[in-house]
Order: sequence, then structure tokens, then C-alpha cells
Amino acid sequence: MENEQKFDETIRRGLEIVKEAEEDRLMTLSVGPQHPGSGHFRFTIKVDGDYIVYCDPDPGYVHRGEEKMCEYRNFIQNIPHLERPVIHDSTNITYSYSLAVEELANIQVPLRGQYIRALASELNRQVYTLYWLGIYGIFLGHSTMFMWPLGDRELFIDLLEALTGARVTHAFNIPGGVRNDMPDGFEERCLRQVAYFEKRLAEYEDIFYNNPLFRQRTEGVGILTKEDAIKLGVTGSVLRASGIPFDVRKAEPYDVYNEIDFKIQYMKTGDSYARSMVPFLDMKESCHIIRELLDKIPKSGEVRAKLQPNPKGPAGESYKRVESGRGALGYYIVSDGTPKPYRVKLSVGSFRNMLALPFLLIGSKLADMPSIYWSLNYWPVEADR
Amino acid sequence: MGSDQSKTQNNSEQKKSSTDSTQTSISKKTESITPEFEGSLINQIVTRFSDKLVQVIYVRPGRAKILVPPNEIVQVASFIKDRLGFDHAESVSGTDYPKDNQIEVIYHLSSYSDDKLSSQILALSTRVDRNESRMPTLINIFKSAEYHERETFEMLGVYFEGHPRNERFLLPEDWADIPPLRKEFRIKGR
Repeated sequence: MENEQKFDETIRRGLEIVKEAEEDRLMTLSVGPQHPGSGHFRFTIKVDGDYIVYCDPDPGYVHRGEEKMCEYRNFIQNIPHLERPVIHDSTNITYSYSLAVEELANIQVPLRGQYIRALASELNRQVYTLYWLGIYGIFLGHSTMFMWPLGDRELFIDLLEALTGARVTHAFNIPGGVRNDMPDGFEERCLRQVAYFEKRLAEYEDIFYNNPLFRQRTEGVGILTKEDAIKLGVTGSVLRASGIPFDVRKAEPYDVYNEIDFKIQYMKTGDSYARSMVPFLDMKESCHIIRELLDKIPKSGEVRAKLQPNPKGPAGESYKRVESGRGALGYYIVSDGTPKPYRVKLSVGSFRNMLALPFLLIGSKLADMPSIYWSLNYWPVEADR
Repeated sequence: MGSDQSKTQNNSEQKKSSTDSTQTSISKKTESITPEFEGSLINQIVTRFSDKLVQVIYVRPGRAKILVPPNEIVQVASFIKDRLGFDHAESVSGTDYPKDNQIEVIYHLSSYSDDKLSSQILALSTRVDRNESRMPTLINIFKSAEYHERETFEMLGVYFEGHPRNERFLLPEDWADIPPLRKEFRIKGR
């Protein structure tokens, strides 16, 4: 009996030693927050040799308390600070806010205003996606793919500057429409730019997407199946790369999108290659959308509804979403009938896609980390809000 | 918009321990302006669980909101997932109501697998006591709510029973104040 106990004790101690040794084998790495390869975001990973066995995201380094700030300002004053979380896509992040406030305060947007708004958000989506593509390129060691998109992005920024008066933070979408009408000759400039950009996209495909090195590093890496994508509730390009054709512009068309004829771009493989390809296909489709918007836009008319000085509606709540560069972007606004919102909640694509990061990283090789991380179309500042 | 106005009324009605007459008035009000499809979804929930358990706050095109007690939310959520086909949470948030001494936790649920539901957002809400703010987690039903719930914990102090990590997420490591989205937390100088 005593011997047996001693034996058990020895085994227990032995197992502990083995466990400790296994722990020692693991190496803990901290990726970010100051490392340029992660943005303002940190995640801790543990590696066993080449393989990642543990991942814990730690966001919050750029948390600004946007939701709390909203409670102190009225509906119009909230616009400029709400675009700070993602300045490269500032038209889209204020788009769903405007839609939600319009529903609360029962504001009708003039048709020309709706078209200009959609046009600005498509141009801004190009700006964001090009910026993301540049970063994705440089972190896979492809410096041409850093230079080209950032150069072409400037052309879209010039267009937006002509339209809104600011390079990146436009504060262009407001409840009731847009701040100002298009300048003279803007439509021709837009069409010229789109025609040029479509040629460039073909070159991108040649130099980057068909590059054997890039394909080796992304194809079959970090596969997210359809079922897992649904379970994790991911959105945007991550979702569409896993074979689910979901786009808010089609699923729940807002403003003029039900009059625009376009196809949802999606792929079925769910790997990093698909996740990097879907935004590229979106950019192509966006060129069609811009052309169609310019074709159908009413030639004259108001661009914004006349508002009361401090617009407010009766007490109530609203949940509105748009398709941003990173997927569905929803605003949940509770109003108590005063000109200031009672509660504002942003449901952003980056925060939702973060759940896929540990899911995909655990079990993959350390060398695949950049190709998986950047393929998630993750924008740390937006996730932190 | 018209249906929204009933929301605040409903809240006060709910506090009056909801007599039968107010219950019928709520259902009548919603039925008269209910869009068909959304109404049929909500009716399925209401018929499965009784009227007293599930309160319909509003039904309008693409959106519907129900209020359930915290101890029943797991059952209602599994019914919504298994029978109605809502498969993920878009957002989980909390709203502080110091006047009612309650915090409302609200799950915005949507669906990718069912095309008919893709334009729908079902808001599943519950109200917990402000001083004893605890409720069961829904991450076993909606895995996508994991980080959202964790954020709700740190921002409003709602403890999710069964959630593996009720801990700091976005706030600074040395945060030593009350949860910031509670109304008594004021931004300095404001």
C-alpha cells in the first residue's frame, strides 16, 4: 500500500517535470505594440519550435473612448471625432452614423445628395484598400507593392480633396446629406482616374497576385472554413474569402445602392490568398460602381436637407450598417429625445475580425504570421475606437 | 420611427409589473404596424415562450427588438439560433439606465447562412440590476460574442457568468476607476 502511494507520488512528480520541461520548450513572443509590423496592436504568441501554439490579442493601445465622447456632444458635433478611428476610410465610418441619425430624427436626404455620398464612400473605399494593400505588400517583402498602391492612392485622395476640401479626414457625410456639391468638371476627372486605375489594377495582378513567391506564402495558409467564418461572425473580405457572398450593399441596400447593378466578389478557398484577393476584386467592382453612380446621378438638385440647428428626434433607438473597407460597420444609437445621443455603440469590422486571429494563428507556422495577420484586413485603431 | 416611441413607454410599463391590459396593448400596438416577415419571426418566439417572458419592444422593417429576463436569455438565444437561423452576433453592447437602476445588455443578431435573414437584425436584450450586474454568457451559443462580451464587462461592469475571461481588454492596464460607460463616470473637465 505504502509502496503504491510512493509509486503514484513518483509518477505525479515525473509528470510535473515533463510538463515544466514542455513549458520551457515554448518561447513567448510579444508582437507589437511598437513594432511597425503590427500597427498599434499587441498580441502575445507562444511558439513550439516553428509552430504557434498560443495567441492572445491585447488591443487597446489606441483606445480613445469614442463611445463615451459621443455622449457629451450633439449629433452634428460628433462627426469629426467619429472619423478618427479610421481616417483612411472616414467617409464610410460617418456614413452609417448619418444613416442612424437620419432614422432617429426622421430626415430625408435629397437624391443627388445620396448619390454623391455613395460616390464619396466608393472613392474612400479605394483609398483605404490601396493603403492596406501597400502595407500587406511590404510585410510580405514586396516593396514595389508598397510604392505603387500608395502612389495611386494619392490620385484618389486628390479627387476626394477636390470634392470635400480635405485630404483624409473629410467630415463630408452629415445627417441630411453631404456638406457640399461636386466641383465643376469633377465627373470627368473621376472617369479619367477610374480608367487609369483599371489599367493599373491589371499591372498589380501581374506583379503581385501572380507572383509565385507571393502565392507560395499565401496559398493554403491560414484556412478559414465557411462554417468557422459563420461561427466567428467575421465580416467583410474575410467573410467573402470563405465562400459567403455577403455584402451589406446587397443584403440591406442603403441610399441608392438598390439601383446600382454590381456583383458581390467572393472566393471559396478561405486562405490568405483569397483574403488578399477579395479586396482587390472589390476595387475592380468599385470602379464599375463609380461609373454607374456618375451615369445615374441627377444632374442638378439639392445635396443636403435643411436641418434644425440642433437636430433631434423623439426618444428611440436605431441600428444602421454600411459596407466599409473592412466589412459591415454598424452604429447602434440610443436617443432620449435630447440633441445629444444617450448611447452610441460602434460595431466595427476590425473588432469582429480580431476573433479570427488566434483561431487562425494557433497551429500555423511563425513565418506565416504576417501573411495571416495582414490578410485579416485589421485596422487596430478602428478596433480600439 | 413611430414604433420607437413605444420603447420608453414599454420600459415604464414593464416596471409596473405589467398587468394583462398593458400586455395586450403592447401586442396590439406592435401588430398594427408590424411588417409581415419580421412579425412572423417575433411571433414564433412569443408563441414558444410565453408573453410574460418575452416582451416585444418594437418591430419595424429589418429590425425587431425583444426584452427577456436575464435568467431566461440562454434558452431564448438557443431557440433563436436553432429554430430561427440567426447564426452570429454583430454587436453586443450595454446601456446604463441609472434612473431605472438597471443596465440593458443588447445583442444584435444576424445571419449569414440564411439569405432571407441577411437583411434582418434581431436585437435580443435583457436588463440586469445595476448593483448586482450579472448574467449568463451567450458565447456557447454565439461564439462571435466573445470579445464583445468582454468589452461590455470592462466598460459597464456586467459580469458574464461562464465567460472564460471577464477581464480588462481595451482599457489601460492600470485602470483603477469605475467602468467608464456607466453614467456616473464623467470625463474630466466636462
